[in-house]
Amino acid sequence: MTVAAARLTHLQRLEAEAISVMREVVAEAENPVMLYSIGKDSSVMLHLARKAFHPAKPPFPFLHVDTTWKFREMYAFRDRMAQEHDLDLLVYVNEDGLRRGIDPFSHGSVVHTDVMKTEALKQALDKYGFDAAFGGARRDEEKSRAKERIFSFRSAQHRWDPKNQRPELWQLFNARHRRGESMRVFPLSNWTELDVWLYIYLEQIPIVPLYFAAERPVVERDGTLIMVDDERMPLEADEEPELRKVRFRTLGCYPLTGAIESDADTLPAIIQEMLLTRTSERQGRVIDHDAAASMEKKKVEGYF
Amino acid sequence: MSHASTLISEDILAYLEAHEHKSLLRFITCGSVDDGKSTLIGRLLYESQLLFEDQLAALERDSQRDGTQGDGLDFALLLDGLAAEREQGITIDVAYRYFSTDKRKYIVADTPGHEQYTRNMVTGASTADCAVILVDARKGVLTQTRRHSYLVSLLGIRHVAVAVNKMDLVDYSEERFREIERDYRVLASQLAFDEITCIPLSALRGDNMTERSEAMPWYRGPTLMEYLETVEVDQERLQRAPFRLPVQWVNRPDLDFRGFAGTIAGGAVASGDRVVVLPSGRESTVERIVTFDGDLERAIAGQAVTFTLADEIDVSRGDLLAAAAAPPPVGDQFEATVVWMADEPLLRGRTYVMRVGTKTVTATIAPLKYKLNVDSLEHVAANQLALNEIGVVELELSQPIAFDPYAANRETGGFILIDRITNNTVGAGMLHFALRRSANVQWQPVEVDRAARAALKGQEPFVVWLTGLPGAGKSAIADVVEQRLLALGRHTYLLDGDNVRQGLNKDLGFRPSDRAENIRRAGEVAKLMVDAGLIVLAAFISPFRADRETARSLFADGEFLEVHVDAPVELAARRDRKGLYAKAERGELANLTGVDAPYEPPEDPDLRLDMAALTLEEAAERVLAVLRDRQLVP
Repeated sequence: MTVAAARLTHLQRLEAEAISVMREVVAEAENPVMLYSIGKDSSVMLHLARKAFHPAKPPFPFLHVDTTWKFREMYAFRDRMAQEHDLDLLVYVNEDGLRRGIDPFSHGSVVHTDVMKTEALKQALDKYGFDAAFGGARRDEEKSRAKERIFSFRSAQHRWDPKNQRPELWQLFNARHRRGESMRVFPLSNWTELDVWLYIYLEQIPIVPLYFAAERPVVERDGTLIMVDDERMPLEADEEPELRKVRFRTLGCYPLTGAIESDADTLPAIIQEMLLTRTSERQGRVIDHDAAASMEKKKVEGYF
Repeated sequence: MSHASTLISEDILAYLEAHEHKSLLRFITCGSVDDGKSTLIGRLLYESQLLFEDQLAALERDSQRDGTQGDGLDFALLLDGLAAEREQGITIDVAYRYFSTDKRKYIVADTPGHEQYTRNMVTGASTADCAVILVDARKGVLTQTRRHSYLVSLLGIRHVAVAVNKMDLVDYSEERFREIERDYRVLASQLAFDEITCIPLSALRGDNMTERSEAMPWYRGPTLMEYLETVEVDQERLQRAPFRLPVQWVNRPDLDFRGFAGTIAGGAVASGDRVVVLPSGRESTVERIVTFDGDLERAIAGQAVTFTLADEIDVSRGDLLAAAAAPPPVGDQFEATVVWMADEPLLRGRTYVMRVGTKTVTATIAPLKYKLNVDSLEHVAANQLALNEIGVVELELSQPIAFDPYAANRETGGFILIDRITNNTVGAGMLHFALRRSANVQWQPVEVDRAARAALKGQEPFVVWLTGLPGAGKSAIADVVEQRLLALGRHTYLLDGDNVRQGLNKDLGFRPSDRAENIRRAGEVAKLMVDAGLIVLAAFISPFRADRETARSLFADGEFLEVHVDAPVELAARRDRKGLYAKAERGELANLTGVDAPYEPPEDPDLRLDMAALTLEEAAERVLAVLRDRQLVP
C-alpha cells in the first residue's frame, strides 16, 4: 500500500487509524504492552506495530499470557516471530493455577479460562505495572463489543464499567489516568473479520499454519471437531483419532477450539470459504456457548 | 457472510481485487426507536447479507421471545448490546455497526434518541461523513427532528439523507412525502448543509432500502443504499484543505534519524515542500516521507506517515506542521462552541485540560457568552452549562496553539476538555476564531522581576492556601502564622475570604459558578503578590477541588502549599463566631458549605490539620514546621 492515490481505500484508512492509535499510546502511556495471542488478529497487530514505528522497532514488549494449552504449532510460530522481528517477548503463566492442576478437561472451559486467562492477565499486568495494554478485539465480534471504546478505561482492580467510559470524539483519545488505573486499547476496533483477512492477503502477513486446511488427527465431541495435539488429551474408550482435512477459523486452547472440515489451503480460498460459510467465527469457541451475556460478564471481570 | 456478489464463488481473485479498492463511509443515524431506527439499521445489515446463520438463528429465537413483530423478524433485536441495557430496554451510548457492499465498507454510529442523546449524538457525529435522519411519515417533522438536524450540522456534517420512514402506514402517499420534504427544507434553511436528499421508505417492508419500491413509482431519487454508495466521503473534502499534520510522536531510533510521526489532517504534502512548524513559526523543507513500505513522493490527508525535515529545528509532540504558503492562525484566546458531557457543570473560571490535535494545554473558561436552546436555536443567558447543554464560551489557554476554525477542518478545530482531577472527558468543542485581544494585549515585560523583588526582601515568596469548612479555624490559624512570620522579619499578606468578598469580590454570590470565580480571582491576586515577592496566606473555604486546582496551576511546583483545616461539621458549628451555622439552621442562610452546599476535601494536601485534636496554636505550629521543613523560612 505504498501508492499515494487521490483517495484512500477502506483498508488504508483502517490501517492509518490503527497506526495512529498505537502512536498515541506510546506518546501518552508510561509503560505500554501489546497482548500477543498468536492468532491472526495478533499477527495483524504485530504487522501494524512494525509499520507504526518504522524505522524504530515497536517500543514496547509483547506479552503472551500462556495457558499452556495452546497448539504446538502456535508456540513454534510465536517463537519464530519473536526471533525474526527481535521482539521483547514476555510469556506469563499463572503458576498458581498450574500448581492447582487447572486444565480444560477436568475443570471445564469456564474455570480454565477464568484462572489461566483472565486471572493470569491481571497478574501479569500487575507484575510488570503496565498502564496500557493493546488487544486485538474487534467490535464486530460480538454484540456487547459494539459499544466498547477504542481506549477502554479500567479501574485499579482491572474492572470495566460499561456506564463509566469516556466519550471518544474525532481522533482525540483521552489516555489520562491515575496511578494503578489502566487502559485497554483496541486498534482493530473498526475492522471486520473480512477486513482482517483481506489485509493479511494484501500485506502477505504470516499466520499460524493451522488456519490453512491440512490432514490433522481429530475426534468428534458434541458435534465439535477437537484436534488431538498432544498426549495430554484424555480419550474416551470409543474414541479413535482419525485424520481429516481440517482447519481452524479461530485459535485458542486446543481442547477448546473446534476445527472445521475444509479444503481451503490458500488465503483466497479461506476468504472465499468465510464469505460463503454460514456460521460466525466465534461459533468455534467453546467459551462463548454459555449464557447470552457471557462475554459482557467476562469483560466486567477483566477479560479482554 | 454471503455477500450478494456471485464473484465469490466464481472468481474469488476478481472479488478480492474489487474489495481491495472499496472506500469507507462513516454515517450516523438519528431518530428514536419509535421512528424505526433500529429496524432500519437491522434491515441494512440484513440486506447487505452480513448475517451468519447462527446470528440469524439467534435473531429468530429472540424475535419469538422478545420481538415486537409477531412472527416476523424483529431487526431491531440485532442491535441490542449490553445486558444491563437489555434489561432496562434502553441503549445508553453509541454503538458501532459494520456492513459492506461491493462498493463501500460502512461504519454506522447508532445513537439512542432518549435524553442523553446530545452527548451520544455529538460523539457519533464527530467522525461521520453523513447523517441519516429518520422521520416517521405519520408524524412528520417534529421538534426532535430539528434537534437532531441542528446537532448534526453543528458537528460539521454537510450531507444529510432524510429517511421518511413507515411510508406503508400512510398508503405510500406522494402528497404526504412532499409535505414532509417541504417542511424539512424550511427547517434546514437555518442550518449549514451542502445537500439534502429526502427518501420515502419503509424499513420494515424494505421499500426503497436497497430495492426500488414498486409501491412508490412516483419517487425517482436514489434508494437509501444507492445514496450511501455515492454520497461524498468527508475525507475527500479534507484533501482540498491546506496541508496540516499534528505531530504525534518523535521517532528517534538512533542519532542519525529524527522523524516526526503523525496522521495528515488536511491536504497533501510532497518531499521538497516548504513547511512551517507552529506555534514556533520556524520553517523547513520536507526531506523524506518515510513508511515501512518505502519512502513516498507524496502523502495525502488520512495517511499515517513519518517525515524528516531538511533542517535541524525544534519540533515536538503537539506542534502542528503546515504548508508554509497557507499557515493556520495561532492564538491563546478563543471563542468556541462547547457541548457539555459531565454531571458536574461547566463553570466560568474553571480550568480544564484541553486536547486539540496532538497538543495538550490547559484552558480556563472566561465568560460563558450564552447557551443554546437546541429546540428553538435561541440564545439564552447563562453562567454554567449542565450535562447535555451547548454553549458559546471564551477560552483562555495556558499557551498559544495553531488551529483552524472547525468549519474549515474538523481535525485541527475540534477539541475535548478533560477534568483535571477525575481525568474524565467532560466536554467537546469546536473552535470558531481567536479573539483579537489575545493579539493586542500582550504581557508587558518589565526589567525588575520577581527574583529581584524577593531578593530585596531576603525571602522566598510562596502561598499557603488554607481550605476547610466555615468556622474550621482557617483565618485564625493564618493570623497566628502571619504573626510568627512577621516576628521572623518576613514580608507577608493575609488574603481572607470574607475580607475579599467585601471589596474585590462583592459582586459575587454563593452559587457554584460564583464560588469558582471567587477562587479564580483570589488565585490571581495571590499570584500578583507572589510576583511582588510576598509570602501570602490565603484563607478561603474553597469547597471545590477543581477550583483549588485552578489556583494551584497558577504557581510553580513547591510554591503553593495546600493546607486542609479539617474540622468535623459539629465542631465547626460550635466554634463558629459569625453565627453562620445557627442562621442556616433557622433557614435564614442558604448555600452554607457543610450544611446545604458540598465540600470536597483535598485528596492529597501538603498538610492536613486535624482540628478535633489540635489547638489553633498547635495547628499554626504545624504549618510553620512544614515551611521550615521545606526551607521556605528559617
